[in-house]
Amino acid sequence: MSEYRIQGNTGAWEVVIGLEVHAQITSESKLFSGSSTGFGAEPNSHVSLVDAAMPGMLPVPNRECLRQAVRTGMAINAQINRWSRFDRKNYFYADLPQGYQISQLYHPIVGEGEIEVTLNEKDPDSPTKKIGIERIHVEQDAGKLMHDQHPTMSFVDLNRSGVALMEIVSRPDISSPQEAGAYLKKLRSILRYVGSCDGNMEQGSMRADVNVSVRKPGGELGTRTETKNVNSIRFMMQAIEYEAQRQVDLIESGGAVVQETRLFDPNKMETRSMRSKEDAHDYRYFPDPDLLPVELDDAFLEECRVSLPELPDAKRARYEAMGLTAYNAAVLTAEAETAFWFEDLLAQGVDAKQGSNWLMSELFGALNKMGKTLDESPVNPKQAAELLGLVADGTISGSIAKQVFEIMLETGQGASAIVEEKGLKQTNDTGAIEAEIAKIMAANEDKVAEYRSGKDKLFGFFVGQTMKAMQGKANPQIINDLLKKALG
Amino acid sequence: MSVDKDTVNKIARLSRIAISDAEADKMVGELNGILAWVEQLGEVDVTGVEPMTAVIANKLRLRDDAVTDGDVRDKVLANAPAREGSFFGVPKVIE
Repeated sequence: MSEYRIQGNTGAWEVVIGLEVHAQITSESKLFSGSSTGFGAEPNSHVSLVDAAMPGMLPVPNRECLRQAVRTGMAINAQINRWSRFDRKNYFYADLPQGYQISQLYHPIVGEGEIEVTLNEKDPDSPTKKIGIERIHVEQDAGKLMHDQHPTMSFVDLNRSGVALMEIVSRPDISSPQEAGAYLKKLRSILRYVGSCDGNMEQGSMRADVNVSVRKPGGELGTRTETKNVNSIRFMMQAIEYEAQRQVDLIESGGAVVQETRLFDPNKMETRSMRSKEDAHDYRYFPDPDLLPVELDDAFLEECRVSLPELPDAKRARYEAMGLTAYNAAVLTAEAETAFWFEDLLAQGVDAKQGSNWLMSELFGALNKMGKTLDESPVNPKQAAELLGLVADGTISGSIAKQVFEIMLETGQGASAIVEEKGLKQTNDTGAIEAEIAKIMAANEDKVAEYRSGKDKLFGFFVGQTMKAMQGKANPQIINDLLKKALG
Repeated sequence: MSVDKDTVNKIARLSRIAISDAEADKMVGELNGILAWVEQLGEVDVTGVEPMTAVIANKLRLRDDAVTDGDVRDKVLANAPAREGSFFGVPKVIE
């Protein structure tokens, strides 16, 4: 899709990138216990004896978490495995009370799929590329460590311990930081459409482990490093840029890349080695003896399938078929929140073209000025539909609608009430308009003569004068018709 | 399959179990004895036999997604070697 090359002393280098994205599954309770997944609770309050790994506690899987992983798999056209199994990944760390993470190594619930990405999702002509997905598996999150509260101790909060994650593993099909960014954006959008993850990277609902290696174009794959827990799209792109350059510099100065785990430091904009985890890679996986295999039946799979919403690519195609421009269709479908808002607007009976133009120019413009997101919009789809309805049925003109919209944003009043109160109703009273036209023609006899002798451009002048005389409240189409008649 | 002393020391380290040199020597013999005993299973021909996941035919039980547990902070923290406010306190671990 994009030619990304790092220019070294020995020529150009190609970058090979694979992403492992951890996405928190949207659920009320944890993967194997009935504790809440709520964000921002008192430390260690959303913890059961299962999550704290007390002896004798047994895990019982949450059906919803498996369902969301399956739905996500279906949304990326992946192979769904009717038989999967949980394994234990053994390692010691203070945020992992069990001493192992319950995960799925050998038999993941979702197999191969793919995601089509575009470098600029708002540009319908931007080239696309398919990125392979190797697998999605379900696993437990760990607790949270805090290091800055005490001189000699770290503090542990197990509220996140046992929360369900999907690990979505891509093929090493990504070849530039921009493609990696596009992939993560598209994946996030799909997860939000499906409703399986809120995609909130600031709160840690989505984070990426980034595998990077470099090679001479078309050559053998190089040794890769894994940069852990990158929590924003921008940081991920910076981490890839830095890491690829570091590897090129290292190889060209006679060194060799070591397969290792690294951390990205956003303040210094660099990655560095996590040497302490050197033999942490020996996880001694084995099937979890506390859990039977996961077997999915036809009814379960069918429910997953029918509950899938229309996905971004399909929605975009439908919007174009409804007559929206390719650009509008692309912008409206890129983010789930925009698409859902627009759907709500259509559900109120608003015309698709009128609604999309208004949303993209008026509403986005206003939100932009206020520094708000669509979720925080002071005007909801129902209120917007009321305003657009008044334009559609000729009650107010487009320019008056802009004024009404501003008042709506300021006061929160409904459009009809504002039009009523301020007397903004457009008049279709031809008598009143004709009277004004007669006055204007009498006051501008010279211009009338010029117009009649062929100076067509003056028509706009008469429209403007009439509209001004009518205080903007006349139907522009009627003004046009009456003026044409009067001026002859 | 058998293990040597280096493997035993590695397993001990990964499991955070401190063992002396003499204990490691002893463990090499014990672990190899266990492995050899289990390896007798290799004598059985299991061609075409599905792996057994449970002795009694049983299905994995799934829960509904509801909050039914938690909110037991004092119980959870009761056995902690060090409690700091609402947290577990552990020796500082920092990357």
